[in-house]
Amino acid sequence: MSQFTSRFWDFYIAIVVIVSIVGCGVFLRLQSTREVAGSQTQTTGHTWDEDLGEYNNPLPRWWMWLFYITIAFGLAYLALYPGLGSYKGLLGWSEVGQYRDEEQRAAAKYGPIYDRFAKQDIVALAKNPDALAIGQKVFLNNCAQCHASDGGGARGFPNLTDNDWLYGGAPETIEATITNGRGGVMPPWGPVLGDEKVKDVAHYVMSLSGQAHDSIRAARGAEVFKQNCVACHGADGKGNQQIGAPNLIDKTWLYGGSEATIVETITKGRNGHMPAWKDILTPAQIHLVAAYVYSLSHPAGPPATQ
Amino acid sequence: MQAENTYNYRVVRQFAIMTVVWGVVGMLVGVVIASQLIWPALNFDTPWLTYSRLRPLHTNAVIFAFGGCALFATSYYVVQRTCHTRLFSDKLAAFTFWGWQLVIVAAAITLPLGITTSKEYAELEWPIDLLIAVVWVAYAIVFFGTIAKRKVKHIYVANWFYGAFILTIAILHIVNSAEIPVTFWKSYSLYAGAQDAMVEWWYGHNAVGFFLTAGFLGMMYYFVPKQAGRPVYSYRLSVVHFWALIFTYMWAGPHHLHYTALPDWVQSLGMVFSLILLAPSWGGMINGIMTLSGAWHKLREDPILKFLIVSLSFYGMSTFEGPMMSIKTVNALSHYTDWTIGHVHSGALGWVGLVSIGSMYYLIPRLFGRTEMHSTRLINAHFWIATVGIVLYIAAMWVAGVMEGLMWRAVSPDGTLAYTFIESVKAAYPFYGIRLLGGLLYLSGMLVMVYNVAKTVSGSRAVDAPILVPAVAHA
Repeated sequence: MSQFTSRFWDFYIAIVVIVSIVGCGVFLRLQSTREVAGSQTQTTGHTWDEDLGEYNNPLPRWWMWLFYITIAFGLAYLALYPGLGSYKGLLGWSEVGQYRDEEQRAAAKYGPIYDRFAKQDIVALAKNPDALAIGQKVFLNNCAQCHASDGGGARGFPNLTDNDWLYGGAPETIEATITNGRGGVMPPWGPVLGDEKVKDVAHYVMSLSGQAHDSIRAARGAEVFKQNCVACHGADGKGNQQIGAPNLIDKTWLYGGSEATIVETITKGRNGHMPAWKDILTPAQIHLVAAYVYSLSHPAGPPATQ
Repeated sequence: MQAENTYNYRVVRQFAIMTVVWGVVGMLVGVVIASQLIWPALNFDTPWLTYSRLRPLHTNAVIFAFGGCALFATSYYVVQRTCHTRLFSDKLAAFTFWGWQLVIVAAAITLPLGITTSKEYAELEWPIDLLIAVVWVAYAIVFFGTIAKRKVKHIYVANWFYGAFILTIAILHIVNSAEIPVTFWKSYSLYAGAQDAMVEWWYGHNAVGFFLTAGFLGMMYYFVPKQAGRPVYSYRLSVVHFWALIFTYMWAGPHHLHYTALPDWVQSLGMVFSLILLAPSWGGMINGIMTLSGAWHKLREDPILKFLIVSLSFYGMSTFEGPMMSIKTVNALSHYTDWTIGHVHSGALGWVGLVSIGSMYYLIPRLFGRTEMHSTRLINAHFWIATVGIVLYIAAMWVAGVMEGLMWRAVSPDGTLAYTFIESVKAAYPFYGIRLLGGLLYLSGMLVMVYNVAKTVSGSRAVDAPILVPAVAHA
């Protein structure tokens, strides 16, 4: 895994570095022995701007030693660690190596703790305070940024406490959602339908959830809905958990249920993105965080927070 | 009429006054964003008032507007007086003043509008980059042209540092700003990925090394011996630390990218050279502080000297702290925390700010035919207000930074992180409050300076001093 296209650069770097560091030392040595005119009491004899002069005190000894020590440290460090081109250093240390080391040590140390829970059923774990404590910490460090510290969600980020699910709330489904992520795509209908039809269908959608609406628009919108929206949201508007199409007849809104927001959603579409966590969290961690998420909407379990 | 018999103080006066003006502006923006970190609602839901847009405005204003004007003012003053000759070209010098102000105004407009290259400390878009390059070349011509027509044989040490600063900034700016324009206000960097990051921090760290260190060391080498009335402590030390400093600084950039995609070997070199940089950095501090030996009593009654010497102490502190933070194991704790902010401000407020302010208090009366500022007591007041402000600021950020670093790495017995990020933000609030107080004090000090400068300037006449004949030893 050499970063160099040619051995030449290897040597080039190593030589330039060594000459530079040793050069600093040689320069210091030359300057500390050579006698120069002037002294502590007499200036060098040059005067600028009326009264600017220079003494020529010798270099402070402690300062020279400080300089020499850093030079020696530098050379020793470069013997032990990578620095001179692709020379790996006597210790064989590398950033990636250290990372793998730490990961391994963590796996050995914490693995057994997670193994205890890995084989248990999520529903059971959702009642186990020890498991929930870990799951909650994983949640707070990885999930709370979008779903909020209490799991209550935010605009565009689902509320995880209301037992109302886009993709389904079965324990395995939650685990799959966390593992592989989800992409909730609502296409933009503005260019297809035009402003008027968008507004009509918006009023129809408002009627589905029992909101105040313009019934003439809603009647026209029902036709538009039938032709364009039922494929995902279903003929009854109840949505489809297979593809994460939201239920439109309840009072739960991901992006908002006002007329303006619904019009915006239909016109411009939406592109919800839940990242896949399988490369960041271990399966055991996902298992525990799934249990924690499950517990949020199943208050039969022990108190989830605090 | 007698232009050739006098120094060009006009451009020095312009830059000196703007140093004070931009200082107030830059620090005010700093106080605003420090407040926003405590009360986010202070962005008033207005895009151009958001933290993300004001923060680069703050850094650009204090570094390039305040610091830049201070460097222009003092370098033009020092190079004329120590070369015993007028500036190489009055017209080019005037161009650098107006050009640089245009750059600053362009920055103040584009950054809040969100026009940015997103490279830290090099946010300005390509048309402004081009203007900077042109102004900087003009600056180099004026400065080195003046050196070339000097009436003394030896070049005074302050000019070495100013010269290194001007040359290197030209190279850094041009290389790092290599970008492909897409529209008038949008460009993409010529470099990609880790290489882009490396070029950026080669630039970024040398902006610290040459703009904020070498340039201000030039300032120090003139104003400290002048104000102390003593010769520089050691010519030999200045030779050694000058060459060692400008040589090793060039290598230190990778320490900004520890534990990233940057290859291991580059990270190691960045760390090693940052450590070797410690002694060369301290050389300047020793030379400045030891210049005072035999005249320590002057510190008691001379607040300008207090500014200069305390700035050197902060310089020594931050140049010790910097190499320590470049050690990988320390960096693993300090990186991305407020410790970095504390470190930067101990350099910016302590070193760059105080040495500039001290130099301005020396310079401004002399540019207006006076020997002293309107009020020495107000200089003294400014000194104490500023010093207390700095101490509060950096102590708060040190504590907050170490606390954040420890909280982020704390692990529960089950291997999960003990704290969430937001908990560390919450824990930092009290320190953000102390930091704001420190910043407010520092800004108040600048307002005292504004009053003092206004009183000094009003009723005074702009005076251009006659060019001095070099001392006999030099002729």
